[in-house]
Amino acid sequence: MNKSSIGARLAAAPYLVWSVLFVVAPLLMVVYYAFTDDSGNFTFLNFAQLGSYSDVFVRSIWFSLIATVVCLVLAYPVAYLIAMRHERTQRVLVMLIMLPMWMNFLLRTYSWMAILEDTGVINSILSKLGLSPVHMINTPGAVILGMVYNYLPYMILPIYSVLAKLERSMIEAAQDLGANRWQVFTRIILPHSMPGIASGLTMVFVPSVSTFYISQKLGGGKFDLIGDTIERQFQTSYNYHLGAAISFVLMVLILVCMAALNKFAADDEGGLLI
Amino acid sequence: MTGSESCIISLRGITKYYNGEAVLRGINLDIHDKEFITLLGPSGCGKTTTLRIIGGFVTPDEGDVYFNGKRVNDVPPYKRPVNTVFQKYALFPHLNVYDNIAFGPRLRKMPESEISRRVKEMLELVNLRGFERRSVNLLSGGQQQRVAIARALINDPKVLLLDEPLGALDLKLRKDMQVELKRIQQQMSITFIYVTHDQEEALSMSDTVVVMDMGEIQQIGTPEEIYNEPVNAFVADFIGESNILDGIMVDDLDVVMFGRHFKCLDKGFAKNEPVDVVVRPEDIDIVSVEEGMLSGVVTNVTFKGLHYEIIIDIEGFKWMVQTTDYWPVAAVVGIKIDPDAIHVMKKSKYSGAFGDYSSFSDEHEKLSEPDAKPEQPPAEEEIVD
Ligand SMILES: Nc1ncnc2c1ncn2[C@@H]1O[C@H](COP(=O)(O)OP(=O)(O)OP(=O)(O)O)[C@@H](O)[C@H]1O
Ligand SMILES: [Mg+2]
Repeated sequence: MNKSSIGARLAAAPYLVWSVLFVVAPLLMVVYYAFTDDSGNFTFLNFAQLGSYSDVFVRSIWFSLIATVVCLVLAYPVAYLIAMRHERTQRVLVMLIMLPMWMNFLLRTYSWMAILEDTGVINSILSKLGLSPVHMINTPGAVILGMVYNYLPYMILPIYSVLAKLERSMIEAAQDLGANRWQVFTRIILPHSMPGIASGLTMVFVPSVSTFYISQKLGGGKFDLIGDTIERQFQTSYNYHLGAAISFVLMVLILVCMAALNKFAADDEGGLLI
Repeated sequence: MTGSESCIISLRGITKYYNGEAVLRGINLDIHDKEFITLLGPSGCGKTTTLRIIGGFVTPDEGDVYFNGKRVNDVPPYKRPVNTVFQKYALFPHLNVYDNIAFGPRLRKMPESEISRRVKEMLELVNLRGFERRSVNLLSGGQQQRVAIARALINDPKVLLLDEPLGALDLKLRKDMQVELKRIQQQMSITFIYVTHDQEEALSMSDTVVVMDMGEIQQIGTPEEIYNEPVNAFVADFIGESNILDGIMVDDLDVVMFGRHFKCLDKGFAKNEPVDVVVRPEDIDIVSVEEGMLSGVVTNVTFKGLHYEIIIDIEGFKWMVQTTDYWPVAAVVGIKIDPDAIHVMKKSKYSGAFGDYSSFSDEHEKLSEPDAKPEQPPAEEEIVD
């Protein structure tokens, strides 16, 4: 082989090391723990115990699905409005969208606790106005709100970036061919934004379904999610094997979801995800 | 052709401002049924803006647009009976060739079986048989162009707007597509409003040419009228080659240039009115000095295939003459101009802006003297030696 390919391989070496260390190795660890018992023998027993966690799986998927859909509904108009602005305004607005992401995740969740609590910000305002208080903290709604709040930017940004690339002449061509505003939207803008939507759906669903902490704080521990369960296996029960088995199933679930989404996006555009 | 019944689009006093600057000024234009009309002018003169006003994508600040006598200023593009072939085609990348062409008919809820038949017909018209399932992203420029035309024509527009549709194609393909577009226009027997800055394209394809400059229409006419009877120095210079001279119209049929009288066919000017005179290079005969009306020295000869392009310096004015006879550089010759080769124009704001070919011959003189090194000071040369 020639020099340049050796050079290229040398240049790629750090990334190779990095991905072996931080991607492949942890994955192998998870697989190893999931399929072994305490004495290191191969076993399926860890998976046999998963039956008792089925309600956790169902709840996690259900909450995440709702959060993802809510994100999509909220994000699409926002992304669209940003993409229609002048370029300079667009940059400012994108900055504003990303601003909360620079704040610590725990901090953001704590602030929502303060807002939603029975004696929190909202309820104090309500009582000042003479209205009866609303119980919000420790409800499924609060947990989903936490997910939506934390992951909304991941839905807005990919949709915004595909919409910003849509050429004005496409819209004019459609109008020229007889499309009214609604038809321009459904036949040109929406299909064009599919790759962004697909990418946003994954980027919200995946972290939502594996999230921990949000439910502990905003759900008051009443709504155990997969992430919390896994955390408990490692942090308090010290049952690494069960934790790994749950993680493994979660990973497979996510992969299946992503494959389905990828296919759905590819049908429309032939584009890639993420 | 002035009858309003054959006039399907009229622009009346159209003015458009961008950032406080008028990019169109008082445009008046009548477009007739089945006409191939071309908007011709240099870059930035307002051709695209005029087309977009007709298509409904731009609203004029002053003036009115009429379709069949009805004012349509406020009618949105999708309700106008015109279709556009955009400069960069603007095909829908998420749809294949078939779905791109079927876009319009589907909006009008045409039954799919009929759409399929019509798409086939259109693909045949633009010579793309069998391309239905292709992705538009993988087509060549010429093929995308044809899809764009088919996508517009399937809607049976009364008028097709084309904005420099051949701009992105190479010369050979351009020529082929010119012939094809003309054939399509005649076959469909509809009106084409065509935008180009290529004067040859405009002359060879159009029934009517509209010459524009700086947001104003300079002249409207058939290609022959535009070429033979330009109204001012701008049009004469923009369309083809021309020698533009200062003259005095001493009387009807009698114009004075270089202090000599020339017979011409123009009349109706005031006595002794200063005028611009156009003489086309191909209308000038080179003769011996004795026979010539004017005489001068050949300064440059270029072989052009069909003819020679000869620059003759006559009392400081450099004439361009196109002739099949060869004359060597430095030959002293006379020129003869027939009365019908002289075209007299009123003075305009363009007078003096265009004239002879002195810049042309300067460039060529430099190129044709390989041993001249005018840029190098002689002192330096001595040091090198
Ligand atoms: N949307 C716009 N905003 C500001 N100025 C514009 C806009 N559209 C056109 N202009 C200006 O109006 C003038 C005419 O533009 P137009 O596109 O009509 O020219 P054109 O004759 O089509 O030129 P070309 O041959 O280069 O396409 C130009 O000076 C252009 O800069
Ligand atoms: Mg233009």
